Amino acid sequence: MSPHPAPVASASLDQLLAAKEIVICCGSGGVGKTTTAAAAAAMAAVKHGGKVLVVTVDPARRLADALGLSGIGNTESQVPASAFAEAGVKPRGQLWAAMLDTKQSWDDLVRAHGPDQSTIDQILANPLYQNISGRFVQSHDYIAMERLYELHSEGSYDLIVVDTPPTRNAIDFLEAPQRMGDFFSSRLLRWLIAPYRSRLVNFASKPFYQVADRILGTQFLQDIAEFFILFQSMYDGFVERARSVSRLLQDRRTTFMVVSTLEASPLTEAEFFIEALTERKLHLGAVILNRVLPDYLLDEGASVVAGTMEKSAGDLAVQLGAKVGPPEQLERVLAEISSSFLNFQVVAQREAEQRAELSARPDVVATIPFFDTDITDLSGLLRLAEHIWS
Amino acid sequence: MTDLLERRLIFVSGKGGVGKTTVAAALGLLASQHGKRTLVCEVDPKGDLATSYECSPTGFTPREVQPGLWAMSMNTEESLREYLKLNLRIPVAGRIGPLAKAFDFVATAAPGVKEILTVGKLCWEVREGHYDLVVADASATGHIVGQLSAPQGINELVQVGLVRQQTGWMLDILSDPALTGLCIVATPEEMPVSETIDLAARVAKETTVDLASIIVNRVLPELFTTTEEEIFDRLCEPAVADRLEEMAGGSPGPILAAARLAVTMRRTRTGHLERLRAGIDPSVPLLYLPYLFARAHGLRAIRQVAEALGAELGL
Repeated sequence: MSPHPAPVASASLDQLLAAKEIVICCGSGGVGKTTTAAAAAAMAAVKHGGKVLVVTVDPARRLADALGLSGIGNTESQVPASAFAEAGVKPRGQLWAAMLDTKQSWDDLVRAHGPDQSTIDQILANPLYQNISGRFVQSHDYIAMERLYELHSEGSYDLIVVDTPPTRNAIDFLEAPQRMGDFFSSRLLRWLIAPYRSRLVNFASKPFYQVADRILGTQFLQDIAEFFILFQSMYDGFVERARSVSRLLQDRRTTFMVVSTLEASPLTEAEFFIEALTERKLHLGAVILNRVLPDYLLDEGASVVAGTMEKSAGDLAVQLGAKVGPPEQLERVLAEISSSFLNFQVVAQREAEQRAELSARPDVVATIPFFDTDITDLSGLLRLAEHIWS
Repeated sequence: MTDLLERRLIFVSGKGGVGKTTVAAALGLLASQHGKRTLVCEVDPKGDLATSYECSPTGFTPREVQPGLWAMSMNTEESLREYLKLNLRIPVAGRIGPLAKAFDFVATAAPGVKEILTVGKLCWEVREGHYDLVVADASATGHIVGQLSAPQGINELVQVGLVRQQTGWMLDILSDPALTGLCIVATPEEMPVSETIDLAARVAKETTVDLASIIVNRVLPELFTTTEEEIFDRLCEPAVADRLEEMAGGSPGPILAAARLAVTMRRTRTGHLERLRAGIDPSVPLLYLPYLFARAHGLRAIRQVAEALGAELGL
């Protein structure tokens, strides 16, 4: 009886961390993406050496604590040697961590591409820009990929593991660079801001502006126009950049790791994502199934025993004797654990079915067992990683 | 506190993966079972609501999926078109293409626009009184604050214009605790609990919406009392387990291991529940829903959750 599901194809997963330069962790919310990304990075730093960076979008304090950092910021910080010492390992390389601060990253991007200081200042002060950079969900997707590109091209890390933002649609961030590029190069954009660039309003487009004015108000349209006119000065740099980011995602040094639990909804999203990767010819490195219930729950013999125990709990309690416990209470315990086993078995069977369906696709599927306790330190992260990369 | 189902508009949010859609679907079903004309709206249409109700895919036009229960999914472009038709009498039927493009553009440029069209549509259904209750399977913890505070945001961003004029009555509906409430769904796990506590604080600070309740989903049953656990420990002793094996005709090993797992899981979760209770304003009720082991999904599971929810609400 194995306490945990057997790890599958660990050799190729190991190769993944050794050979690739970028690992992008994706999956729906709540499946343990951040933790898996951190565990993968920690494992790579311990086993393969080099400089490993984990970029997270999750500002969870716990992850910072687990890595022995007081906090994780937009700039990378190194996980102290003491954290590894506490976990009882001597890493061959270094582990670094950074958090994705959307607003900060956008500001940096504007500073990098702005033609002059005054344009940069005007963009940073534009109310629309502040809105977009701070709250706009798609901007989050884009900036995550943009930041990845920047970190990768700096060339100071051997491996970068990225935790992706929780998108409404898992493939959104894959398309973010392309969309950002389209957005800023759109003809519609020029059309929209045209009347604000010159006093000559195209007669044909007039009804549209009238409607827009009535709905949104002239001031707001002017804000939009100002923003785009300013942004146009960065257009070339920006579009080129978006293309480079797209290329990087397709590069053979980049791989994707899909994380999911065996619940119906995250799994559907994971399957959808796997298809999206295939369609785009992006490299699917691994599928990690998290929080998988132990295999012993599937034991058929045990389910017969549980059935017997549940039915004849009273007799068994008497036979076992008062030394074990008072008959009535003992009966309840026996009945309770039997029905609990049968309950969990239903869930485990459902999971096994889902697993079987999924394993038809990639040859790299790894499972992480249901952990009894939460992960609070580096040794916990490494323990988790052991299950994937043992 | 106003009874949950007495309100007219309920937003259901929570961290991804905690069962937000299930709870929203169950809440809607429960209300309809108690004679309320109810509309459930999936705000981020992924099709989960249709799966829950086992009906064909939902669209912008509400459809009756159970007696007294309507389901729809949000589509901000359609919402804009409806708004234009009703309020401005702008004929847009034949000009869908350009409108869609322009709309996409403005909505992308001004983040509040999509949110206001979402919240606006929901508030409009409440104002028009088409339904007794509107349940929104709203955005996850990351975006819900942006949605709920959109009318205020638009007020700041758009100084004049028709959109601006519309935010007043929306704010009236959203800010009235007798009309509108937010339910946050959590599971007794670390991250969902942390996000719930953070979200509750942000909602209080950045929006005018009342936090109606926290719904704790997938609560595991308590397996043993303390004395029973001592008995269980004795059962696990090799000599006793061997005798049990003889009597029951097979190894009880997996059963004992599973019980141990259940106890540990339950214990870890109890800690998170305590943290949740301590981190939320004591006046906000916590409702508990059991973990569903049964091989139930779709409408059957929704019925079970609705029943548990009804019991928690004292219905």
